[in-house]
Amino acid sequence: MADGSGESPRLYSRRRLLLSSAAAAAGGAATVAIGGGVALADSRTPPAPPPVASSESVPADAIGSATVPFHGVHQAGISTPAQAHATFCAFDLRDGVDAVGLTKLLKILTDDLERISAGRPALGDTAPELATTPARLTVTIGFGPTLFDKVGLAAARPAGFVELPAFAEIDQLETRYSGGDLILQIAADDPLTVAHAQRILLKDTRAFAATRWVQRGFLRARGSGAEGTTPRNLMGQVDGTVNPRTDTEFDAQVWSAGPGWFAGGSMMVLRRIRMDMNKWDALDRSAMETTIGRRLSNGAPLTGVNEHDEPDLKATDATGLLAIADFAHLRLARGDGPAPQILRRAYNYDDSPAADGDSDLGLVFCSFQADIERQFIPMQQRLAAGDLLNEWTTPIGSAVFAVPPGCQPGGFIGEGLLT
Amino acid sequence: MSIRTVRHSMRWATSAACAGALLLAGCGNAVEGASSAGSTAPSSVAATSASSSAASSSAAASSSPASAAAAAEPVTIADSWVKSTVGTQDPTMTAAFGVLTNHTDQDLTIVSATNDVTDRTELHEMAMVDGAMVMRPIAGGIPIPANGSTTLEPGGLHVMIMDATTPITPGDDVHVTLTLSDGSTMLFHATAKEFAGANESYDGGTSGAMDMSTTGAMDMGSSAAESSHQHSDSEATHSDG
Repeated sequence: MADGSGESPRLYSRRRLLLSSAAAAAGGAATVAIGGGVALADSRTPPAPPPVASSESVPADAIGSATVPFHGVHQAGISTPAQAHATFCAFDLRDGVDAVGLTKLLKILTDDLERISAGRPALGDTAPELATTPARLTVTIGFGPTLFDKVGLAAARPAGFVELPAFAEIDQLETRYSGGDLILQIAADDPLTVAHAQRILLKDTRAFAATRWVQRGFLRARGSGAEGTTPRNLMGQVDGTVNPRTDTEFDAQVWSAGPGWFAGGSMMVLRRIRMDMNKWDALDRSAMETTIGRRLSNGAPLTGVNEHDEPDLKATDATGLLAIADFAHLRLARGDGPAPQILRRAYNYDDSPAADGDSDLGLVFCSFQADIERQFIPMQQRLAAGDLLNEWTTPIGSAVFAVPPGCQPGGFIGEGLLT
Repeated sequence: MSIRTVRHSMRWATSAACAGALLLAGCGNAVEGASSAGSTAPSSVAATSASSSAASSSAAASSSPASAAAAAEPVTIADSWVKSTVGTQDPTMTAAFGVLTNHTDQDLTIVSATNDVTDRTELHEMAMVDGAMVMRPIAGGIPIPANGSTTLEPGGLHVMIMDATTPITPGDDVHVTLTLSDGSTMLFHATAKEFAGANESYDGGTSGAMDMSTTGAMDMGSSAAESSHQHSDSEATHSDG
């Protein structure tokens, strides 16, 4: 299974077999093998028209000077439309750091975040000029499962905040990308802003916690397309179409209703997913689309025309097969019934390629949900068991964090847990 | 000691009109933006006429508008912090920083200071002595111009905290009481942060009347300090109190 040769017997199908074989075969064969009406239609779908540029004149620093409020019921950086750049920094508390020490750290970080989120330098910033381009900077703080134990607050761990089970079919997790007592998700539309915030925050954290790992990710630059465009990953797929958008959806899917201190919080799942681009490149375009169940051109479901068209999971194609295959990522992510959805806030990563030119790239998959046990795990179990995309993707890192609610002026992130 | 001498307590001041917070640019999500679009002012602490016993509890913060506090108090401080002593060459010394604002129409001067962690506090300036920048007590105190501000910062004016016998670790709060030239006092608190700078040599003599035998280096790392001659031992440094 690690090499992609594994098959899930339950989801075996003729088409799946053909597609799987295609992954290892020459790309040309797959075209013939798949050959469904839907796939043929896909290739004729015209590309989406380019977004119309705004005619309004905007200040030259409109992107750099934009800010996201730090204070609020929820932490920033979750419902915030994904910024172009993000760094995820995970830490382990140092020996002897208890609830009192953690409180000190969180107060310092809160003070830092109040300032840098507004484009003001943190106290003691020796390069304050770098802080004055906030570019929608948000920093989101989360607590790992181990943190609750280390500070003697295991009983306060939110219900549903559990470690992910092993997904033996797919996982090849590496310690250097996994786990952690504490996370800072630092995101902004400017990479220098992210780097500077990271440096400031690491300096203020290191007395309390050691850096465990850092993962960096990116999307398209802000302003390169219409606001609200669903991001694409490095396979070219439109990724995140079914994200919650309304307050009602966020309340149902993303924000915890509590009880107690965690009300207004959320839960983060971070999965580093390596993409085997050489194998993926062997697929023809229709095979790529069948794998996902969406068109590459605009992210529309294979049964629809536009990105946000509701997929018809029962529709069949000319050959009588399901138009959205039983192994399609879209179908399995949705589940059969009204399965709870999640907020996807993933970033691409692209590390140094190998000497032979093989890319080291993939997704820093990040999702937020109100309840990991109820929402994320069932979905991931379906995907681990049946998603054909697993042939070309491998989770190599995994971590979960409970993201406390936001705070108001005078308060600090995590105060509900620690006071 | 110092706390009891204070007739003012501090209060967190929150600005509804913080300039930096007004740049929302339409990008804030409706959910996150549900709270006030404003941001806190710098962690400013305003002196009040309340009893000093309220000082420690007030750190939990009431949020009165800065404008109200400013109107009531002659001098306020924002952005206060203190350098942690952990890992520094001389952990008996550190300094507190911030931006002091004089809301009155008359010039004021900080004439002395105390703190609640050590028994010795000095008001320092930086000066060039024998080709090296050193810090030393400032003659006449630290002025705050009428309706103006004075910044206490690494490499500049600062409140020197000396003779520390226990470490001041990141996140610790140090309470500092300043006595002003009009006889009033103000209390502020400064949270300790790790900071690599502020390592200037200490020139223990008073401005213009130095006794070089009582000088020493506060910390290493500053090239100016390292190149200076002032490397007497810490005992000598601290014996002039």
